[in-house]
Amino acid sequence: MSEAADPALLDAVVGGALILVSGLCVLCSYRVISGPTNPDRVVALDAIATNVVAIAVLFAIQTDRGLFITVSLVLAIIGFIATVAAAKFITDGEVIDEP
Amino acid sequence: MIRTGLTIALIVVGVFFLTVGTIGMLRLPNVYNRMHATSKPTTLGTAAIFFAGFAHFGPGAEGLTALIGIVFLFLTVPTGAHMIARAAEQIGIPFEGSVTWPDASAVDRSDRAERAERTEKSDD
Repeated sequence: MSEAADPALLDAVVGGALILVSGLCVLCSYRVISGPTNPDRVVALDAIATNVVAIAVLFAIQTDRGLFITVSLVLAIIGFIATVAAAKFITDGEVIDEP
Repeated sequence: MIRTGLTIALIVVGVFFLTVGTIGMLRLPNVYNRMHATSKPTTLGTAAIFFAGFAHFGPGAEGLTALIGIVFLFLTVPTGAHMIARAAEQIGIPFEGSVTWPDASAVDRSDRAERAERTEKSDD
């Protein structure tokens, strides 16, 4: 147990996870660019937003700075608002209804 | 030492779920299937990584922020996926193959007809 869980292994795992999740964001951008319909693009952007939340938490663990947990929370809020606004734009053609 | 091992295990689980979600989004044939593939595994994966943050920082201020992030994620991701699915159905993207509504007469189509009228009117 003691050799399986030393901080050097944690650094390696967090670094590898950061690289892998960044690569997943690049793969998601394929669906953003070539998605056949607009809801496909919104789904892919939503997946990218959630991946960026995960990247912020991983960065907080890597640098040992808890501030980035708060950053990830703010990113989650912004991603949710962006998804709702894009869904409303797809349906109605406008985000805020004019009276 | 146990805390470091727990953090490593949770990060591995989270990255696995994020990878599964992205592969599903790239491979599945339809908007609805892709949404099914992204929303659930991405939520689980990011929640596992938030738990890794909680395990790493301990139950202080930052750890509690991570727990709030998990609650927020479980509230917002299904809501967003539902809204995109509703928008995709309303602009008329067809279902895959033999998939239908359980009871087609129970679905209210009046708003779609209204919108079609409105777009026709705006085209004039």
